[in-house]
Amino acid sequence: MRIRAFAAVLAATAALPCAAMAADLEVTHWWTSGGEAAAVKELATAFDATGNKWVDGAIAGSGSTARPIMISRITGGDPMGATQFNHGRQAEELVMSGLMRDLNDVAEKGKWKDIIKPASLLASCTYEGKIYCAPVNIHSWQWLWLSNAAFEKAGVPVPKDWNEFVAAGPKLREAGLQPLAVGGSAFQVNGLFDTLVIALGGTELYNKVYKDKDEETAAGPEMAKIFAAADDARKLAKGSNVQDWNQATNLVITGKAGGQIMGDWAQGEFQQAGQVAGKDYTCLPGLGLNQTLTTGGDAIYFPILKDEAKSKAQEVLAETIVDPKVQVAFNLKKGSVPIRSDVDLAAANDCMKKGIEIISKGSTATSTDQLVSADTQKQKEDLMSEFFANASITPKQAQERFASIIGSAD
Amino acid sequence: MSRTVPSATPSRPLPKSSGRPNQLFRNLNSKIALTPMILVAAVVFFGGTIWTVIYSFTNSRLLPRASFVGFDQYERLWASSRWIISIQNLLIYGILSLIFSLVVGFVLAALMDQKIRFESAFRTIFLYPFALSFIVTGLVWQWILNPEFGVQGIVRSLGWTSFTFDPLYNPDIVIYGILIAGLWQGTGLVMCLMLAGLRGIDEDIWKAARVDGIPMWRTYLFVVIPMMRPVFITTLVLIGSGIVKLYDLVVAQTSGGPGNASEVPAKYVYDYMFQAQNLGQGFAASTMMLLTVAIIIIPWAYLEFGGKKRG
Repeated sequence: MRIRAFAAVLAATAALPCAAMAADLEVTHWWTSGGEAAAVKELATAFDATGNKWVDGAIAGSGSTARPIMISRITGGDPMGATQFNHGRQAEELVMSGLMRDLNDVAEKGKWKDIIKPASLLASCTYEGKIYCAPVNIHSWQWLWLSNAAFEKAGVPVPKDWNEFVAAGPKLREAGLQPLAVGGSAFQVNGLFDTLVIALGGTELYNKVYKDKDEETAAGPEMAKIFAAADDARKLAKGSNVQDWNQATNLVITGKAGGQIMGDWAQGEFQQAGQVAGKDYTCLPGLGLNQTLTTGGDAIYFPILKDEAKSKAQEVLAETIVDPKVQVAFNLKKGSVPIRSDVDLAAANDCMKKGIEIISKGSTATSTDQLVSADTQKQKEDLMSEFFANASITPKQAQERFASIIGSAD
Repeated sequence: MSRTVPSATPSRPLPKSSGRPNQLFRNLNSKIALTPMILVAAVVFFGGTIWTVIYSFTNSRLLPRASFVGFDQYERLWASSRWIISIQNLLIYGILSLIFSLVVGFVLAALMDQKIRFESAFRTIFLYPFALSFIVTGLVWQWILNPEFGVQGIVRSLGWTSFTFDPLYNPDIVIYGILIAGLWQGTGLVMCLMLAGLRGIDEDIWKAARVDGIPMWRTYLFVVIPMMRPVFITTLVLIGSGIVKLYDLVVAQTSGGPGNASEVPAKYVYDYMFQAQNLGQGFAASTMMLLTVAIIIIPWAYLEFGGKKRG
């Protein structure tokens, strides 16, 4: 191991193209919570097995901390070997300005177009007919995680959908528990709101607002219902003094909070804590109402590198990511759904199976990260974090501001 | 300016054609030596500023591009409630931090000046927070002010169970929680500057005041402080720049929360430039920050430096 690393370093520094079949590749990502780190390790091990070396460039914090660092490294002329972004439009301009390499050869060799499901994943990686990223996993936001212990303590049955959960809120409060755990960082409330839109309002409403960016619908009575629901969520979330999403998940794991609306990456945390789906915790996809999941997720992008050996290693990494075995190992640890449907996931737990079933039925929507620009997402985040923290903003006022954001969205 | 005063230019010979190059090549060595500095100042500071202002009128997203959209970015900026909150927070923080760090710093320095024992030990203690970065300061105060582990938790465990002190989780007073940390960090430096100023006051002035029977507080207020004017100006500039660039403290303590309640302009600039990938909006916000500083600095500088020459 050490000798191989030494050889790789030697090869890299001496710039001997023939001896440098193996190369060190720095991969930056923000997979830092317990479950995520375990998943990354699977990916790194698989990549190391190809004779190359995975240099881990984990950036702590959330995506919003990590992305500026990644982007400034790429635009500043110090690109890493590969980097994580969410599917969609976060890396759009980097691709447009020719800073990223395309993976067409790898994709054709691996028949990505046939195996990667749903097709929207690859479509998000494609710009002017060329494929620029390797999708790693499918993540969906629309999950309500419930602590069975908390509901037992409050003396109410575990809710089967969002409405029952809201109704159980006062009982949880009486038992001295936090009904809904929400962390302070803005992406959490933003995702929560989008989840309410699709779960309560239906896929059609969701598409009208985020895909067609229809200002009238955003200001209309159907969205008003969503804002009323967000007002409920705001009341239930009052008092959860945590910052990061995994701290909020931890409140649910330890039974201090009744539930949390969070993407399926929270699944990895439950797994790390040794909890069993159905027994210790309950998951409700689509909040138990509209069984539709948005298929966002993570993808690995590859900046253009001058070093030939490293460029070769990039291709190897892209192949490794899509490899069926790696897909299974990685996604089991991370709690996400594989990007290909031809893999065997017998080892998956109940929650994951529910997710896989919904996605394979095709009842999916495109994630907001793919539909709207980072700028619009940020404006929404500002609005939602203000709305959730400040009880003096009425749902009506928030909706007016939301409609104007959608009106100018791109 | 001074040319209008006849006595100021008695030795100047009548302009001759050979007189000009003389001026230009005088101290040639030092001029050459200064050229890199002048270039750096012109290109990096001045050029960078102008570039930013120009691009604030474009719709640049992740990368700068020169497609101009007029005042759109500014209209959006001033319509954004987050920006308004940021400005309000900066005003509250700025005014209070200016007053408190000057007053507390000066009082501490005056106490220190009473020839007390262990002065250097106290000086070290008060200055020590300044050696910590804003991030560390912010994290320390985040813990102290955390309702579960910090002050509130301790007081409650002593028996006062209804005691509530959670500034960082209350949108109405969160900015004061940040102010406390800022003062804790910055007051030591102000104290040291003031102490240096006090030490620079001639001992004879104190003796004269004592002979005249002027009470100590009056001597400080009406004699010593006016004499310390240069020290106060230095301190003001330091505190002022600290206020405008307030960013890391907020990030470490609250990251702008709860909600948007503790946002500051510098954070708006960063978030929109890099997280929202909207350079144009970030540039517009930073131009507004520059404009605000200019509005305060220019009249003051005019009075300060323009006035001296007249007098």
